[in-house]
Amino acid sequence: MSKRINVRDLDVYYSDFLAVEGVSMTIEPRTVTAFIGPSGCGKSTFLRTLNRMHEVIPGARVRGEVLIDGDNLYAPGVDPVLVRRQVGMVFQRANPFPTMSIRDNVLAGVKLNSRRMPKSDQDSLVERSLRGANLWNEVKDRLQLPGSGLSGGQQQRLCIARAIAVSPDVLLMDEPCSALDPISTLAIEDLIEELKQDYTIVIVTHNMQQATRVSDKTAFFNIAGSGKPGRLIEYDDTATIFTKPSVQATEDYVSGRFG
Amino acid sequence: MTATTVADTETRAPRGPVPNALTSAQLPRFVELYTLAGALAVSAAVLAMTGFSIVGWLVLSAVLYLVSLGILSTVVENRRKATDRVVRGLVTIAFLLAVIPLVSTLVTVIIGGAPSLTWDFVTKTGGSVFDPSTLKVTIVQGAWQAVVGTLIITGVATLISVPIGILAAIYLVEYAQPQQWMARTVTFLVDVMTGIPSIVAGLFAFSLFTLLVGPKAFSGFSASVALSVLMIPIVVRSTEEMLKLVSSELREASFALGVTKFATIVRVVLPTAIAGIITGVMLAISRVIGETAPIFIAASFTSNFNANPFSGPMETLAVKAYADYKFPSQDIAASYQSAWGAALLLVLLVVILNLVARIIAKAFAPRGLR
Ligand SMILES: Nc1ncnc2c1ncn2[C@@H]1O[C@H](COP(=O)(O)OP(=O)(O)O)[C@@H](O)[C@H]1O
Ligand SMILES: [Mg+2]
Repeated sequence: MSKRINVRDLDVYYSDFLAVEGVSMTIEPRTVTAFIGPSGCGKSTFLRTLNRMHEVIPGARVRGEVLIDGDNLYAPGVDPVLVRRQVGMVFQRANPFPTMSIRDNVLAGVKLNSRRMPKSDQDSLVERSLRGANLWNEVKDRLQLPGSGLSGGQQQRLCIARAIAVSPDVLLMDEPCSALDPISTLAIEDLIEELKQDYTIVIVTHNMQQATRVSDKTAFFNIAGSGKPGRLIEYDDTATIFTKPSVQATEDYVSGRFG
Repeated sequence: MTATTVADTETRAPRGPVPNALTSAQLPRFVELYTLAGALAVSAAVLAMTGFSIVGWLVLSAVLYLVSLGILSTVVENRRKATDRVVRGLVTIAFLLAVIPLVSTLVTVIIGGAPSLTWDFVTKTGGSVFDPSTLKVTIVQGAWQAVVGTLIITGVATLISVPIGILAAIYLVEYAQPQQWMARTVTFLVDVMTGIPSIVAGLFAFSLFTLLVGPKAFSGFSASVALSVLMIPIVVRSTEEMLKLVSSELREASFALGVTKFATIVRVVLPTAIAGIITGVMLAISRVIGETAPIFIAASFTSNFNANPFSGPMETLAVKAYADYKFPSQDIAASYQSAWGAALLLVLLVVILNLVARIIAKAFAPRGLR
């Protein structure tokens, strides 16, 4: 299920603007990796290149390689649709489909792709995904109601359920808790802890405590100044990054002295 | 509270508001109504001496009302309140001026058309009937051929324009890069097409079918083509705006599930925007259903029943109103009457269409957002 990600010397451009420069890292399977760094340093930009979601933005392009279990995402002839079926994504703001019920939202990845699936399989997939996202008990009696009627935290967990229903190998999360209250945040952190058994997880967060709580490894990104490209400054075990980082900028950032 | 203070407030209350630093003198509550009634009465009296006319009466009353209210308020209240009352009066008058043409048109059409709007008028085909036994020609007033013609011509035009318009909008919003020359050209042409005079569309369809079919190629279908030329840009424009409103987050959510672009557009983007798209289509239909000139040119007019859009002249309600008025039968009064009836019928049809559009848009609105 879970896969290893290898990034080799990756540059990301928005048209002519170099947003992220020279990132290389290896993300092991069945780990949680946290991306931290000040706003605008290219965390989201870099994250989106891991499942070719940046291509949705006109003018965005990359140079370099991203290997998922050895397969280069950017080799000629790679189908981004197949990539995204293996690398799922959860966004900063919960975005359940407003025209669909809770059940249909979970099944969205199946139904939108017109895959045939017997009703009993659908039911068990819905239950499995919602249980996986820790939401089953709260919504099991109102699966036919619209997803937009849930609370913010529930909506975000619904989006996670939707993402894991297509059984990806890697799950990317871009500040999934930034719009949530502490209780929902804890629920999602517990969930990440459980999902780690099966998935490779990459999470962008601005919350240092969250990074220390959920992640095994942490990557610190920074920019030299506005208009300059973002760079990967340091990448190491989370404990190392937060206790004895080898770069001064990292120490300043994690100890709250800047950023 | 002591008895004296209660007595105090009681004696003061009827005389006006309790004076404090924030109160000021005020005219009584309905002073505007009283002034208006006074202004109407005075100007009626003045005009009774010189010669009465409705327009003069209303204009004079309005001027009198504004002036006297202004003076009254300046004397009793203060400058600021006087300005407020006068400006409020001006704004109300402007609103009434804007509504007058609308109400007047509606009232005229209803008064003119109501007498002829019988069940027979709606369901009978108009024209002259020759009775061979009595050798008498009777003229029947009826609009059935025009009702059917309107529905067929507008319906066919809708069938042509809606797929083309929606697909073009999907191309512009979902597939074309904003700076691409093709997209810019299409957008530019659509904008130009929105401004095409309807008579030009009619001439276009007429000459097109004259070239294809031969002279006198009147048909409902060519009228539909003319109407499509007018409808397509409206449908493209409104659909485009609606698709742009669908947040890119929803598209991304779908892409991130490994859903193809086509499925994302058909299953996520369109359902989210469907209510607005339907409203746009209905507006486009309302816009063309009352067209006269292009249909007159392309489909001519007739009092024969013709439900085949591909051959022979066809009539719509708007054209019938025009033709009855311009080319009346021997019974001129009856023809005029039938013209009014057709006009009223058309207005009713547009009202019904708009109601249907609202209901459909409601039914399709995303669940949970209603
Ligand atoms: N759609 C876009 N078009 C152009 N530039 C962008 C776009 N999105 C982000 N950027 C630029 O890329 C840089 C990195 O942004 P982002 O990845 O969103 O940062 P982060 O997620 O770390 O806050 C910023 O300088 C930002 O202005
Ligand atoms: Mg970001």
